[in-house]
Amino acid sequence: MKRADYVSTTNACKLCKPLGACLAFRGIEGAVPMLHGSQGCATYMRRYIISHFREPMDIASSSLGEKHAVYGGGPNLKQGLKNLMTKFGAAMIGVATTCLTETIGDDVPMIIREFRKEMEEAGDGPGLPSLVSVSTPSYSGTHMEGFHAAVGAVVDQLCAGDLLCANSEGKFVNLLPGFLSPADLRHLKEIVADFGLGCVMLPDISETLDGPALEDYEKIPAGGTPISGIKRMGCAAATLEFGRTLEGGATAGMILHKRFGLPLHQSGIPIGLRETDAFFKALEQASGMKTPEKHQSEKGRLVDSYVDAHKYLFGKRAVIYGEEDLVIGLTAFLAEIGIKPVLCASGGRGGRFASCIEHVTAGLLETPPMVEEGADFQKIEELCQELAPDLLVGHSKGYRLSKKLGVPLIRVGFPIHDRFGGQRTLHAGYRGTQMLLDRIVNAVLEKAQEDSAIGYGYM
Amino acid sequence: MAASKTDPAPGIESVDPGELKAELVAKYPTKVGRKRAKQIVINSVDECGEVPEIGANARTIPGIITQRGCSYAGCKGVVLGPTRDIVNLTHGPIGCGFYSWLTRRNQTRPDGPGDANFMTYCFSTDLQDEDIVFGGEKKLRQAIREIYENFRPKAIGIFATCPVGLIGDDVHAVAREMKEELGINIFGFSCEGYKGVSQSAGHHIANNALFTHVVGLDDTASEGKFKINLLGEYNIGGDAFEIERIMDEAGITVVSTFSGNSTYDKFANSHTADLNTVMCHRSINYVAEMMEKKYGIPWIKVNFIGAASTAKTLRKIANYFEDEELIERVEKLIAEEMVEVEKVRREVESRCAGKLAMLFVGGSRAHHYQDLFAEIGMKTVAAGYEFAHRDDYEGRAVLPEIKVDADSRNIEELAVEPDPERFNPRKSEEALSRLKAKGFRFKDYDGMMAEMASGTLIIDDISQFETEKLIEKYKPAIFCAGIKEKYAIQKKGIPMKQLHSYDSGGPYAGFKGAINFWREIDRMVNSKVWGYLKAPWQESPELTATYGWE
Repeated sequence: MKRADYVSTTNACKLCKPLGACLAFRGIEGAVPMLHGSQGCATYMRRYIISHFREPMDIASSSLGEKHAVYGGGPNLKQGLKNLMTKFGAAMIGVATTCLTETIGDDVPMIIREFRKEMEEAGDGPGLPSLVSVSTPSYSGTHMEGFHAAVGAVVDQLCAGDLLCANSEGKFVNLLPGFLSPADLRHLKEIVADFGLGCVMLPDISETLDGPALEDYEKIPAGGTPISGIKRMGCAAATLEFGRTLEGGATAGMILHKRFGLPLHQSGIPIGLRETDAFFKALEQASGMKTPEKHQSEKGRLVDSYVDAHKYLFGKRAVIYGEEDLVIGLTAFLAEIGIKPVLCASGGRGGRFASCIEHVTAGLLETPPMVEEGADFQKIEELCQELAPDLLVGHSKGYRLSKKLGVPLIRVGFPIHDRFGGQRTLHAGYRGTQMLLDRIVNAVLEKAQEDSAIGYGYM
Repeated sequence: MAASKTDPAPGIESVDPGELKAELVAKYPTKVGRKRAKQIVINSVDECGEVPEIGANARTIPGIITQRGCSYAGCKGVVLGPTRDIVNLTHGPIGCGFYSWLTRRNQTRPDGPGDANFMTYCFSTDLQDEDIVFGGEKKLRQAIREIYENFRPKAIGIFATCPVGLIGDDVHAVAREMKEELGINIFGFSCEGYKGVSQSAGHHIANNALFTHVVGLDDTASEGKFKINLLGEYNIGGDAFEIERIMDEAGITVVSTFSGNSTYDKFANSHTADLNTVMCHRSINYVAEMMEKKYGIPWIKVNFIGAASTAKTLRKIANYFEDEELIERVEKLIAEEMVEVEKVRREVESRCAGKLAMLFVGGSRAHHYQDLFAEIGMKTVAAGYEFAHRDDYEGRAVLPEIKVDADSRNIEELAVEPDPERFNPRKSEEALSRLKAKGFRFKDYDGMMAEMASGTLIIDDISQFETEKLIEKYKPAIFCAGIKEKYAIQKKGIPMKQLHSYDSGGPYAGFKGAINFWREIDRMVNSKVWGYLKAPWQESPELTATYGWE
């Protein structure tokens, strides 16, 4: 049957909004994410995040029941905050709402103000952790909107306008990377440091969701953006914010720009040559330093391998799906190496997806790829019947489609729960692009080898 | 094992459970501590098998990191999730459907390419702002039509999520209307996440709707001489397949399983079985009770976790049918299966005996998996359920004493009467007395505590803080829970076995399952990998955050 525009969603290509907020809060030092709603949300999101990262992931809940759904969840939220303070010693609690509390209309900022006042009156003011709240109704946007909303809320609520900046702090930039893997974030920090710059990266899940084995298990894992650093973000030389769909929006970078007049460099996620070049150029500007030799060499090797890989990849048809900004970055890269992206799909409906895809493929493709906003896997599958892709690039949820089509799936992004090491997948920078390129070529080679009856061992 | 029930569990003399309990409770604010004190109990089993009272099925304290899920998870995820040919449609925003999209590793075996399997699908109405404001019923109706057009399923279940109840969408009215329009069976579940105190409420809601809308629809007499239903077995890691294999060899027909490897038609026909056997008491006892009242099918508690327990269960089923040939066949089967079982058991026992285990999971697994550990000489020193009620701890004898609180009252109790045409007592009064005189017990569940040693700790709805303390004090060789606990516990250098999803392993039920489980536990507790990651107490009494290899 030919698909009309269905109202139902079958095999979704997006996760829910509060999940993204919890991920972002997890990237702040000493922070515990908390969901204001039914406890099932926290449990479901924890188990989902854990299955990707294979790391502990705590999300507290205000555990609302039927009574609270009727009379309001304020008392439960306050009790939850108090228990979290005493039991976890949290430096920050990030409260995200859920569809339950948004539907009943709980005013979380007000409840938190009351809580703060009550604690201060009881003499517990000095021990209070930073409290940040964000509105994340699951019926409005995807996990990525939740992620960015949480980053924006942290900046908005923790970065006070009356900041005295001292030269002794040294020159640093704010880096707002979006939702990348811990391996990506470690690499990005290395790059910024190589330019002699300090860096406040918000959020930073590079250690909190990919931590080492320690002798002593910590209730709240080490790492994450220090809160003291967040409070000084207004003193940075500039803000670098990844995500082409974010441009012009009320993002954390924009808040910093408006409140402190910080220069804001918005660019795509640095995947592929051109998007990575833009990132390095921004760092050159901010530091006044040329790209260090180490990275120039990495770029040189990448370009060399583009040439080597071309004969295997040229004209291959790819379907790319997942979060809008990740798909845009991947598409920019794939178009550079001669692959023909035939479909870019996302469960998100940000409204800027198509124009961004067109922008990053301009001059490289004869025709821009088909772009589907608000897509689910049923729709992607139907489109694939005519598009006949040679490979899929996206997260684990595309596995069944790849099996049905008999084409390789290059696993990137989140969630990856049918392979090992999802949290260590490197996508960003010249180095990340190199690793993606190698994986893609090898997947194509493996497929060609398997499809051949002859048994070529020399490809 | 029975002889030692009243003795303290050996190997844990170094820990005073009373002191530990006091320490656990003292760390909480007073009010919270009082509540937890009721849910943390030091076990004592007296000569008559009496056990102390435990607080259970109570609201989780906000801000405590709990293991528990919600009503929707229990209803859609646990009970209906493993049925392959009913389309499960989540009515709500996208998260709930996405997170319950075949994450429990339930297996199924379609009869052929023509047999539908929707378990790999995730259907949702994906509610948006405007639906919350103007109501989602119209979208729900349209979604049902689309599913019907595309998939032609035999039945569609609609699962309500939190906002649905709040905005006043009536999933039952929509179900009735669409059933009329499309001519297939469509039914709703009011399993909004805020209902009840845990996923347990969702089990009950699922039981009620299955019983009301599906069970009893097909009167075709099922084939076979000894016909049973298997209730509360969800075919994680292929458990139900192993049980089916054993049943086949014993000549016992499984009419329907609730709900591992199940189909709509088998549910509809399940009232033609002659015995209901209950595995997971917590999640499914409601269906067993209601089928007894309406159709006259007796139920018994069974347990296929552990080789000896499997043998005991087979004998119990054979005795129920009072058939000499069956009894003989079952004995022969047990004798055959036990040869390999015993060989592996001895081998693993030699490496595992005396080691300590802890189990904090589910509403039945934390109890039954103790049998598997006991068979290889491992001792369970602490255990507890995530979402069980007092009867699962203290036994069904306590049922009349359980107070019905506001949360339980919100979950409907169906009034069931004998079916005027289909009620047929499977055993005459005379047969029942004969069986009972021989010591045969119906509706029997003595709970977890009666089978645990005195002095062990029973903790209901354990929190993360309590988990850490337990591990620190007892230093168990293995901890069993779910994926949420797995990595936190393994960072402490303690092997953590998932008893929800089995860590991609299984089956662990039946005879072959026991062998699988022992081999797995042997690998886990005796692996050299833990040596690279020393637990804090193994080397330095002072806790320091240094790397394991330093």
